[in-house]
Amino acid sequence: MFVLSGYEYFLGFLLVCTLVPLIAFGTSIILRPTRQGVERLTTYESGMEPIGGAWIQFNIRYYMFALVFVIFDVETVFLYPWAVAFNQLGLLAFVEALIFVAILVIGLVYAWRKGALEWS
Amino acid sequence: MTTGIDLQASFVQILEQFGLPHGVAKLVWLPLPMVLIVAAVTVLALVSTWLERKVSAAAQQRIGPEFMGPQGMLVPAADVLKLLTKEDIVPAKTDPWLFTIAPILVFVPVFLSFLIVPFGQNLVITDLGIGIFLWVALSSIAPIGLLMAGYASNNKYSLLGGLRAAAQSISYEIPLALSVLAIVMMSNSLSTIDIVDQQSGYGILGWNMWRQPVGFIIFWIAALAECERMPFDLPEAEEELVAGYQTEYAAVKFMLFYAGSYANLVLSALLFAVLYMGGWESPIPVSWLAGLLNVSETTPWFQVVSASLGIVITLFKAYLLLFLAVLLRWTVPRVRIDQLLDLGWKFLLPIALVNLLLTAGLKLVFPGAFGG
Repeated sequence: MFVLSGYEYFLGFLLVCTLVPLIAFGTSIILRPTRQGVERLTTYESGMEPIGGAWIQFNIRYYMFALVFVIFDVETVFLYPWAVAFNQLGLLAFVEALIFVAILVIGLVYAWRKGALEWS
Repeated sequence: MTTGIDLQASFVQILEQFGLPHGVAKLVWLPLPMVLIVAAVTVLALVSTWLERKVSAAAQQRIGPEFMGPQGMLVPAADVLKLLTKEDIVPAKTDPWLFTIAPILVFVPVFLSFLIVPFGQNLVITDLGIGIFLWVALSSIAPIGLLMAGYASNNKYSLLGGLRAAAQSISYEIPLALSVLAIVMMSNSLSTIDIVDQQSGYGILGWNMWRQPVGFIIFWIAALAECERMPFDLPEAEEELVAGYQTEYAAVKFMLFYAGSYANLVLSALLFAVLYMGGWESPIPVSWLAGLLNVSETTPWFQVVSASLGIVITLFKAYLLLFLAVLLRWTVPRVRIDQLLDLGWKFLLPIALVNLLLTAGLKLVFPGAFGG
């Protein structure tokens, strides 16, 4: 029935899990009161009139972290098959992975020295 | 090892006796464990909110919830009812679509991850080949939801909270994935069932926590950070950011965030128990008990008892960890954002890498002790 066996459960469970919030929304629509008012729809800003919106240009400090994250996340994905088949691959694969990780560690050290991992 | 109870096979067999074809019988079975797991997870999350209140109260020498039901056990149910009947406020300046989708996007991956959480040899929805990797993959969807919630709210607190949440979860995802990787290497498999099987046979001494002490600690710290638990609850630091990305949320959308975060905590605790504490394995091996009682492990009543015992043991381990997490909340102060990122990138990541390579090296030298 499915090309990937076992994944029909994944699809089914995805449906069941998506139904839960939808049912919650549905129940809430039936049960909850709806009142209209301008005041209640203002943005919260500690009781003050909000000054400007939040959709403005600003410096995302986490940008560099996101870049480094992508590199290491892809690395981790590459290492998963290596780890699963490790007992069949033996010493050579270990040395290869060592070289692979070493190159990435050099990258990490570079990013570190350049201050990409500093928050301020 | 096929000594565990197999509910699916028995169920399909019974239906076939009533004359149903095999395919239809399997299709009837399909939704049953899923609905059961979703209901169970909801209850487990509700129980953990109650536990959180009760343990917090005890830590502060208060009584805590008391009047609603025995020991205030009905408080979580009252919470759900209250949140369902609350007015759903969507502030005028928000982006309504993103604002609505965000809580769903946070909630669904957490529940979906329970697909691979095993409660027994065959007591898992499906033993997927990619097993634990599914969880690693799904856990990186939630930050998108958090970022979306923060951005869609058009509120400064929400935006900062959302950004912090995303930065925090990406920083701790790599140490988490690397410490899981070391476990995978020892089990030669991604399947959660195989990971537990690999720890069986020697009771408490066979558990991965002894062979992976560094990974054990890394996983715990990273899991706490992923769940935004107290030492790392910067995204919703109430003194600075009101409630972070949840600030503008009310009623059922807030409930989804709330349920999602507690379900995530339960999930992390369960997976922690599976990866490092032998999952459903009891501290004393079941096969020894069977030998002691002089019954075969395939005796039906013994199978039922050991399967039930397995579920209880899994939950007991998970709630022990949850209890520890709640105690930690009242013991350690919140870290600063730069300390948080330093801990993730400059401490946990290098250590997790070293731990992985060390495991690989040890596995080469002592194949017997590290899974062959």
